[in-house]
Amino acid sequence: MKKFAELFTVLDQTTKTNEKIEALVNYFAISDAADALWTTALLTGRKPKRTVKTSELKLWAMELSGVSEWLFEESYHVVGDLAETITLLLPPSESQTDYSLTGMMALLKTLDKEPEASKKNIIQEIWMQLNTAERFVFNKLITGSFRVGVSQQLIIKALAKHYNLVESNVTHRLMGNWLPATTTLQHLLFNPDIQEDLSKPYPFYLAYQLDVPFASLNNIQDWQIEYKYDGIRGQIIVRKNELFIWSRGEELMTDKFPEFEVLKNTLPDGTVIDGEILPFNGDEPMPFHIMQTRIGRKNLSKKSLSDAPLCMMCYDLLEYNGVDIRPLPLSERRAHLETLIETLKSNNLAAAAVLKLSPVFECHTEQQLIDLRLVSRDRMCEGLMLKHKDSLYEAGRRRGKWWKWKIDPLTVDGVLIYAQKGHGRRADLYTDYTFAVWHHNELVPFTKAYSGLTDKELVEVDSWIKKHTKEKFGPVRSVTPELVFEIAFEGINPSPRHKSGVALRFPRILRWRKDKKIEDANHKEDLLNLIQQLSNPA
Amino acid sequence: MLLKFDPYGIYCPQANVYIDPWKPVKNAIITHAHADHAKWGNENYLSHHLSIPILKFRLGDINVQGVEYGEEIIINGVKISLHPAGHIPGSAQVRLEYKGEIWCASGDYKLQLDGISTPFEPVRCHHFVTESTFGLPIYRFPDSQTVHQDMNDWWLKNKEEEKTSVIIGYALGKAQRIIKHLDPAIGTIYTHGAVDNLNRILEKTGLELPPTKRIISDTNKSLFKGNIVVAPPSAIGSPWMKRFLPYSVAICSGWMQLRGTRRRKSADRGFVLSDHADWAGLNQAIKETGAENVYVTHGYKSAFAKWLRENLHINAVEVDTLYEGESLNESTTPENEIDS
Repeated sequence: MKKFAELFTVLDQTTKTNEKIEALVNYFAISDAADALWTTALLTGRKPKRTVKTSELKLWAMELSGVSEWLFEESYHVVGDLAETITLLLPPSESQTDYSLTGMMALLKTLDKEPEASKKNIIQEIWMQLNTAERFVFNKLITGSFRVGVSQQLIIKALAKHYNLVESNVTHRLMGNWLPATTTLQHLLFNPDIQEDLSKPYPFYLAYQLDVPFASLNNIQDWQIEYKYDGIRGQIIVRKNELFIWSRGEELMTDKFPEFEVLKNTLPDGTVIDGEILPFNGDEPMPFHIMQTRIGRKNLSKKSLSDAPLCMMCYDLLEYNGVDIRPLPLSERRAHLETLIETLKSNNLAAAAVLKLSPVFECHTEQQLIDLRLVSRDRMCEGLMLKHKDSLYEAGRRRGKWWKWKIDPLTVDGVLIYAQKGHGRRADLYTDYTFAVWHHNELVPFTKAYSGLTDKELVEVDSWIKKHTKEKFGPVRSVTPELVFEIAFEGINPSPRHKSGVALRFPRILRWRKDKKIEDANHKEDLLNLIQQLSNPA
Repeated sequence: MLLKFDPYGIYCPQANVYIDPWKPVKNAIITHAHADHAKWGNENYLSHHLSIPILKFRLGDINVQGVEYGEEIIINGVKISLHPAGHIPGSAQVRLEYKGEIWCASGDYKLQLDGISTPFEPVRCHHFVTESTFGLPIYRFPDSQTVHQDMNDWWLKNKEEEKTSVIIGYALGKAQRIIKHLDPAIGTIYTHGAVDNLNRILEKTGLELPPTKRIISDTNKSLFKGNIVVAPPSAIGSPWMKRFLPYSVAICSGWMQLRGTRRRKSADRGFVLSDHADWAGLNQAIKETGAENVYVTHGYKSAFAKWLRENLHINAVEVDTLYEGESLNESTTPENEIDS
């Protein structure tokens, strides 16, 4: 734990990528393979199952530190992080014991079977044997909210550097279902048969928002133009008559999509398709929120299946007849994809019905592209994708060969009415806001938004909030309605759960409208009209 | 009530004096020279004599009387004396006694020794006015010797990596405390002009500091490598910093106790070094006054007052003031430079 806590401290103390990579490489050099594997797992978001409830942790920490519940809560609202709050409240440790990371993870796992009282003893005892940095890391391990300002890409770079491997290969090997308990670092990184794990997905190729002039793209004909669909980006894998569906967030979602079961025996062995999973009504894509209600369900009823029938809009083919074809140019992969789907159509219509080919558009002028982007929202899409026909299928977000060109977000002007302190780097600042629109002569809350302001603006708004607080409800403050913000969002849906009757997708603050008075904010009617317009495009 | 809180500040009607008024009044007792406690425009000032040169530097040619710690003056029957607050050089708690009732307004204070201020002395009283800047149990500050050691280790590491170390602390109090504990054997200590101005003033009052060099516009950039620069918070992110590239920057403040603040300030290092009492210090100070009535000002006042009522069974109330022990984000021209 000491080495791991030191690594964490160094990673936390620098914002510079090179220093982070160096710290990781140094750590890999001095750690044994088991600890290195656990570190890789934790820093790539593979959390072990929680064996202790956070409410219990809180009670045990209160007991050791002699702090009452309200004071714990006050402290928590200031710190904005449970693991850190506990770390700071506990009395100084009595002795020092160095646990190995692997040993600690094993110990935490066994807690699951321990009775309450002995869980408490074990945790309290460990707390009193750790220094501050270790305690914090330990609490993070228990609460399972391990986020360290280190991207997956950095871990990959460090592993590649330390073990002298090619980065994109490491990316691929780290994909999928592995857990430290079920593999070794040696096997994970060096096993010659990478597809021994049939479920292993390929790293997704992601695009940046188009930020270069059209002229620099040269010939429009060299680019494959598609809609950017608004669903769940995923990979369908069929190997040896087994089906796996992965989301871009590397979540295995096969059970959520029984529609695709039919592909198990109809797609050829060794097929991997990259596409967007969408609710579809016949030939028409349906709005994203229709699928959202279904994804949340634990049990899929017949009704939810028929209300939100899904299919995959296929973008790309990554594996064909068991061969990794990512190194082929897009034009060739697309040809294979078309053949695959045509063949499927002639063999099994039911299977073909859940796989649609993402249409490719012929554009000859810039104006045609602009027009196409404009109408994309009417097709429930969020803009265009521009992919160079020569592009190989790369790993991760890359510039140059793939671009997304999203439509401008929808916007609405709202009034700040409630504020709450933020978490992480926004801790102890009022940065989580609730905004309202007018309804008759009242301001009704319609959305929360957390991001979008600069650090400087956050501090300015924070100090304004402290001076304009009307009432405090626990951690929430109501403020004098005075500040107007422009809120951007990607979609809007009716929602009976919200007072305003609407729910926004991806709301964020576009800018602080210092030029506007609260009378200039939008009305609830404007929002309802927007829903109307979007669901019935003229 | 010997003291009351009115729109001008903390007022003693019997003596007709204000303590740290935030609007101009006739008679003002100033606990210490930080800008949120020492405002411009009062007719008569009274402070500890060590504060006078700084007050004059910041407020101009004011009419000010200086006193020693413990020296008694009597105004209309009120016995008034100043006692060490341990916050910065010259900082004082104000003790007022009238007909057997004793009040103490403590301004800003800390119990930790900083090597530059007269150490805090508890004042027995019936009514105690306390700050609460770090009035939550999450603020348990590390031992300052460890922090000073960490600072020097950090400087040495930067030197090995051929970087300049830039260490940030308020120009009055914090900067001198930092300089006092830097190890001149590691390299040269350079200072920002705002820090140097106060060093010169404080040195005249008898403060001994290791040798430093003031940075002027034509100081040769190549001289900084491996050395350390002491600068006020206004330097962070300013073009003035470019001359030190490549550098590592550290902030010294009690707020560095929180990971969120450290990350938000995007400093390379945060050293938990404060001129205010931490949770344990506040509790100890209050217990030692023996006061039954405590008035909690700037900081986490409602939580801290509640804690005092529930756990120490003290009659504690929160009081609104305009002191700002809380902020780390203000701009720091000397006129509104606030400590933390």
